[in-house]
Amino acid sequence: MAKAAARREVVNLYKTLLYMGRDYPQGYDFFRSRLKKAFQKNSNISDPQQIHTLVKRGQFVIKEIEALYMLKKYRTLKNRYTTEENLSKS
Amino acid sequence: MARVLVGVKRVIDYAVKIRVKPDKSGVVTDGVKHGLNPFDEIAIEEAVRMKEKKIASEVIAVSCGLQQAQESLRTALAMGVDRGIHVEVPQAQYDTLQPLHVSKILAKVAQDEKVDVIIVGKQAIDDDSNQTAQMTAALLQWPQATFASEVKVEGNEVVVKREIDGGLETIKVKLPAVISADLRLNEPRYATLPNIMKAKKKPIKKITPSDLGVDVSPRMQIVNVEDPPTRQAGSVVPDVDSLLAKLKEKGHI
Repeated sequence: MAKAAARREVVNLYKTLLYMGRDYPQGYDFFRSRLKKAFQKNSNISDPQQIHTLVKRGQFVIKEIEALYMLKKYRTLKNRYTTEENLSKS
Repeated sequence: MARVLVGVKRVIDYAVKIRVKPDKSGVVTDGVKHGLNPFDEIAIEEAVRMKEKKIASEVIAVSCGLQQAQESLRTALAMGVDRGIHVEVPQAQYDTLQPLHVSKILAKVAQDEKVDVIIVGKQAIDDDSNQTAQMTAALLQWPQATFASEVKVEGNEVVVKREIDGGLETIKVKLPAVISADLRLNEPRYATLPNIMKAKKKPIKKITPSDLGVDVSPRMQIVNVEDPPTRQAGSVVPDVDSLLAKLKEKGHI
């Protein structure tokens, strides 16, 4: 049942992204509505090959968001805990 | 193979704007997003990497605080820590819990669990004390390597690069030792949803400070908590001459 497998993959991707959206800088609601739209746009696709490509893209987006969060946290802390005289340090 | 203990603290999320309670007794924590202290995340990451490199045999996370501290422990477990210890401190005592109390608890837990390395964040982003690592080391009579930006374990010794004013200092300490993590030590991983789910199966032991024989009665009293002074509004000057006049008037040129 390739179709069921593909469905499970998509649902998992959606759940993971929703979970990550809770930390999104512009708010959870902003993220959720956009996420929903993005998934709905492709809801008519039934070709397993194409679904697979899209899921791969989704996983790429997950990595990007993780990197975004990390960088944002790092920069905020760096600004907060670096005094002007040792700014040159990093 | 070393056993590693990491200290974690649940704090108000780094991105949240802190508000002071109207009665000036503290800051508003109800309904505010909390998270793991970012420096503790770095400490956890370092410990988990030690485990992945087969330097550490077991990584234990310990947190002192309210019931909700378990959420932070859960995040730590999701990042790869093996088990958690929650030292429950009720709200009344948590308000006046100081680094000295926490150090005593960490030192006792470290002895009970026979750990070789303690890694903590250099400071928590809520009280910014930056004392826990130092005092824990002192209480245990262990060497300390604070503000670590690189940690290398070589047999029975650890070589640590420390962030100091204007540069880096490399020191070598014998195990057992206490290490405190600075911002550039590593890039902590994200606790993913599946890992959070899996972490629910990992054990968290719940104890109280009195089980450890540590007295957490207040040693201080919070008198007043106030907002930092707000920046004074600037003004627009019409031309260069008036700018120069203003600067002269303030004594800047």
